[in-house]
Amino acid sequence: MIVGAGPAGMRAAEQLVAAGQRPVVVDEGARHGGQIYRQPPVVMRRERRDLYGFEAGRASAVLDRFDDLRSQIDYRARTLVWQIEANTLQLLHAGRNHGMHFDALILATGATDRVLPFPGWTLPGVYTLGAAQVALKFQGCLIGPRVVFAGTGPLLYLVAWQYASHGGQVAAVLDTASASAKWLAAPRLLARPAVAMKGAYFVARLRMMGVPLHGGVTLIRAEGADRVTALAWRSGGTSHTTECDAIGFGHGLRSETQLADMARCAFDYDPIDQAWLPTQDSAGRTSVPGVYLAGDGAGILGADAAELSGARAALAALEDLGIAPAEPQGAKRIERALHAHATFRRGLETAFAPPERWAADAPDELIVCRCEEITAGELRACARETGAREMNRLKALTRIGMGRCQGRMCAPAASRLLAHAAGCELHEVGRLRGQAPIKPIPIVMLHDRAPSTIVPEDQDD
Amino acid sequence: MPLLYRIESAPRERIAFELDGRACTALEGDTVLTAILTQASALRRAEFSGAPRAGLCLMGACQDCWVQLADGERLRACTTFVEPGMRVRTGAGG
Repeated sequence: MIVGAGPAGMRAAEQLVAAGQRPVVVDEGARHGGQIYRQPPVVMRRERRDLYGFEAGRASAVLDRFDDLRSQIDYRARTLVWQIEANTLQLLHAGRNHGMHFDALILATGATDRVLPFPGWTLPGVYTLGAAQVALKFQGCLIGPRVVFAGTGPLLYLVAWQYASHGGQVAAVLDTASASAKWLAAPRLLARPAVAMKGAYFVARLRMMGVPLHGGVTLIRAEGADRVTALAWRSGGTSHTTECDAIGFGHGLRSETQLADMARCAFDYDPIDQAWLPTQDSAGRTSVPGVYLAGDGAGILGADAAELSGARAALAALEDLGIAPAEPQGAKRIERALHAHATFRRGLETAFAPPERWAADAPDELIVCRCEEITAGELRACARETGAREMNRLKALTRIGMGRCQGRMCAPAASRLLAHAAGCELHEVGRLRGQAPIKPIPIVMLHDRAPSTIVPEDQDD
Repeated sequence: MPLLYRIESAPRERIAFELDGRACTALEGDTVLTAILTQASALRRAEFSGAPRAGLCLMGACQDCWVQLADGERLRACTTFVEPGMRVRTGAGG
């Protein structure tokens, strides 16, 4: 079974089909593609060139391949996996729950924006960079006619360029890292010259369009009463206010690791991603036999690497099940290709480092957890008054990470604040343990015992 | 005042739904979030402060966009498609 139908999940399925298997692919999305190649509803009939820009060829190749194989894949769209226990996934689809046993499980759960918030980020009109892209690709909407893009990461310039070239007015691009010329400055980025060139191209096009680009920016606050009307920011000791109808922001990406947690995979701190990630070998094997990782859910490497690691994880699963792969030398070829991606990724993290002073600069009134509306001041007071030094302790005492998103949006910020308040390194505060259900589910679910259920009786409780 | 701004003009079926008691139309393929935010600027009120909210991630991760229907049913607006006759209430907690 594969969880996720982004580039990693789709390529994993392809390898399993090539070896004569019929994989089950479970996906929360309405159509295959994941976030990066998210497809609009069929009724919108949009051109791939328009949707995916330079990546249209790559997107079409993997999307069409999956379409071609559909009769050999049990694809379950709009289905949430909310728990993994005893080699059984708990699936929720259209209000019905369904347990499904697996022999091998490939987790290709993807990523969301890593968010280091600023005051006012809860105002309507403030979205993540990923959200700005989803609005455009999936719904044919801009998050507003006049948008500021802020934060850092390669997505910052890509989304700004996409908006500018779809008729949006980009009021400013505010990079919390250094100057925007960095695309060709960091030597490791040249491990993938074509990608670095594209990044440089977006910057050049934005300049030509007259979009103000600023580096070394500190984001002060989103202003507005019931919706955002401006972003206040600072650069080089000077304060500025840029009027806008919307803000798209983010500071790189953050892996979705909750299901690896449910599967009881071991985790380790990753200094590149500055996050705790499930451990894996070079083929995607976790610490749990029969559970594999692929794509950005296992650490951020991007869509092209996800296709490779998806295929690689599927080959490892086949090997461990004693099934011959279609291409015996495939694994070696893939591992070589993945190496360049890892080098490039280290370069990206240097060029687009998250703001080091974020925790020190965050004002006490900043809402860190938007679910439970817990402020930076409350977290600092808790660390000061109780001596809390660990994230789950902080959660128990303040409810941070206990809200409906389960820490997906607040954990990077809260762990930085705790480490700063406690005077320790980020990895020392640990990580929020995942809890089932990993996303909200209705209290009343219909339990599906239809004949299609392949759960053995003794495991179906 | 709407929050989202449509740039897509391809012809699509119109879908009639109700937003805070007002008759509205969305387009086939719109999520509930798109249907609401192309005509209003908030989806719900935060439970504690009562401040307006309009979602954050649009990909089913942040859970900020749950809205209530008139019959009390709750749904995640960014991953649910709007259906004819839906009666959405944005004044409530999601």
